[in-house]
Amino acid sequence: MSASVTIQAGPAPAPNAFWRRALRHRSFVVGALLCLAVLGAALLSVVWTPWSAYEIDVASKLRPPSSAHWLGTDVLGRDIVSLLLVGARATILVGIIAVGIGLTCGVALGLIAAAQRGWTEELIMRFSDFTFAFPAVLSAIMLAAVIGPGMVTSITAIGIFQIPVFVRVTRGSAGAIWAREFILAARAAGKGRFRITIEHVLPNILSILIVQATIQFALAILAEAALSYLGLGTQPPQPSWGRMLNDAQTLLFQSPSLAVYPGAAIALAVLGLNLLGDGLRDLLDPRLARQR
Amino acid sequence: MSADRQALLEVSGLGIRLNTSRGPAQAVREVSFMLKRGETLGIVGESGCGKSISALSLLGLLPDSAVVSGSIKLDGRELAGLDDADYCKLRGNRISMIFQEPMTALNPMHTIGHQVAEPLLRHTGCSAADAKRQAIALLDRVGLPDPIRRYDAYPHQFSGGQRQRITIAIALACKPDVLIADEPTTALDVTIQRQILDLIADLVAEQGMAMILISHDLGVIAENVQRMIVMYGGTVVESGSTDAVFSRMGHPYTQGLFRARPRLGARKGTRLSTIAGTVPELADLPAGCPFADRCALVIDACRTALPPLIEIGAGHGVRCIRTDVALARDPVGVVA
Repeated sequence: MSASVTIQAGPAPAPNAFWRRALRHRSFVVGALLCLAVLGAALLSVVWTPWSAYEIDVASKLRPPSSAHWLGTDVLGRDIVSLLLVGARATILVGIIAVGIGLTCGVALGLIAAAQRGWTEELIMRFSDFTFAFPAVLSAIMLAAVIGPGMVTSITAIGIFQIPVFVRVTRGSAGAIWAREFILAARAAGKGRFRITIEHVLPNILSILIVQATIQFALAILAEAALSYLGLGTQPPQPSWGRMLNDAQTLLFQSPSLAVYPGAAIALAVLGLNLLGDGLRDLLDPRLARQR
Repeated sequence: MSADRQALLEVSGLGIRLNTSRGPAQAVREVSFMLKRGETLGIVGESGCGKSISALSLLGLLPDSAVVSGSIKLDGRELAGLDDADYCKLRGNRISMIFQEPMTALNPMHTIGHQVAEPLLRHTGCSAADAKRQAIALLDRVGLPDPIRRYDAYPHQFSGGQRQRITIAIALACKPDVLIADEPTTALDVTIQRQILDLIADLVAEQGMAMILISHDLGVIAENVQRMIVMYGGTVVESGSTDAVFSRMGHPYTQGLFRARPRLGARKGTRLSTIAGTVPELADLPAGCPFADRCALVIDACRTALPPLIEIGAGHGVRCIRTDVALARDPVGVVA
């Protein structure tokens, strides 16, 4: 193979090379654009919205799209565009924090399980099986019963739901790295389990975790929408895409477009994240990176 | 001066029991050897005879389920049963290891410079700049071309031979007392093998360390070490100085290994002789001599108990009760 060939080169994959390959990857580009659009909407809503998303104007309710209200107004006379923009904030916030909780706790536990083996591993894995048995919606209902519905409830429930997914992915891929010979070589060089985990295992599974995180982000958005739709997540007057769907439900026959807009927003955000994850998986795979 | 005469590494009655899917297996039993500073020892034997696992036990790198018995002493300090934190201070510092597969022994995510400097930073407590300087000097010493420029290159940018040079640099970074080389040239081209073995021999002589060279190749052992042990079925079947063993092979297994070796100048069409049968499964080793089922000289007594090590020369021991018969039949060996 290429084993006996020596390539005279400086640092291996230069950042420029990564971006050049990234821009040629179609699903990565489309996914990144969609994600940037959602992120841009959320950021824009902080400084500007066409109308206030909180102001109720019953006189101009259920208006069709016009030059004043680009996508029309809802049953309380709020501007749909403004609601979508502000709703993106809730989506992103819940997604980031929930995935953050899942990623930090899940990866830490997964790495410990892979490094310690034995009963520690059993304990962590069985505990994550146990957590996994409760769907996010069910844990959110339980949590809502205790601390009341709201954004914190949905973030916590989704976050906890994400932990076992990351534990499993981390344990599985870290276990495979632990079996490699360079780990044995690192141990022979006198490194302890902790240092090997940080310096050798984690960098080697990072790309897998990044890809998993984008996919989990998409699932978190769906879960947040579902919880808001059920009234357990974001509370009025705070707009969110899930709440907009809930509001549109009763008017489905009078003005179906009210359900289409937030539905499309959720679908595009999820699609964007999935495409991004897909693209990252290809781009971060060192075997593919070396081919070109 | 007296320190030089003392044993640096002393292994006595080493036994390793592994838990395999087929039940507990006594992978190694009754392995004993001694190594002085500056001495080189070869361990030869076929796959699965327990040579690699014995080497890993010296570093305390056996799987958690393995049970080690006997004693391993480094400078008089008992290593068997040492806790992991203390072992970490020894590994890479006083005892180092070179692995068989240079293609997989380096972490693909880190630069080679980082990987060579790492043990220096870890064990010697020198500054980062100092470690880098030493690492470059080491890479230069092991014959890696242009080490300053290639310090920040990644493992996949090197050939197999170059990578093995890098792993040697890592193993030698802290000037260990004992170097264990586990089939260091098996994965390399024949032309590179000689260069790597010469490099290791030079460095061992230069730094005055003790080396354990593990190989299945009698030729490699004959040329590179002063003393050798032959392992079979998890135990030492013959041990002695390389010259003594090669001039007077006392164990039927050693004789068989030697006969199975291709020779230059043999008549065309001569068939290589083989040792009949296969290596016994470690999970169900016989109670007696592990070689009994493949041995032409076997008698009933061979199967009852593991034969003792019988001295047939100064420091030359053979674990065979029929060694006199083995020696009497057509003598095998080269006259040194």
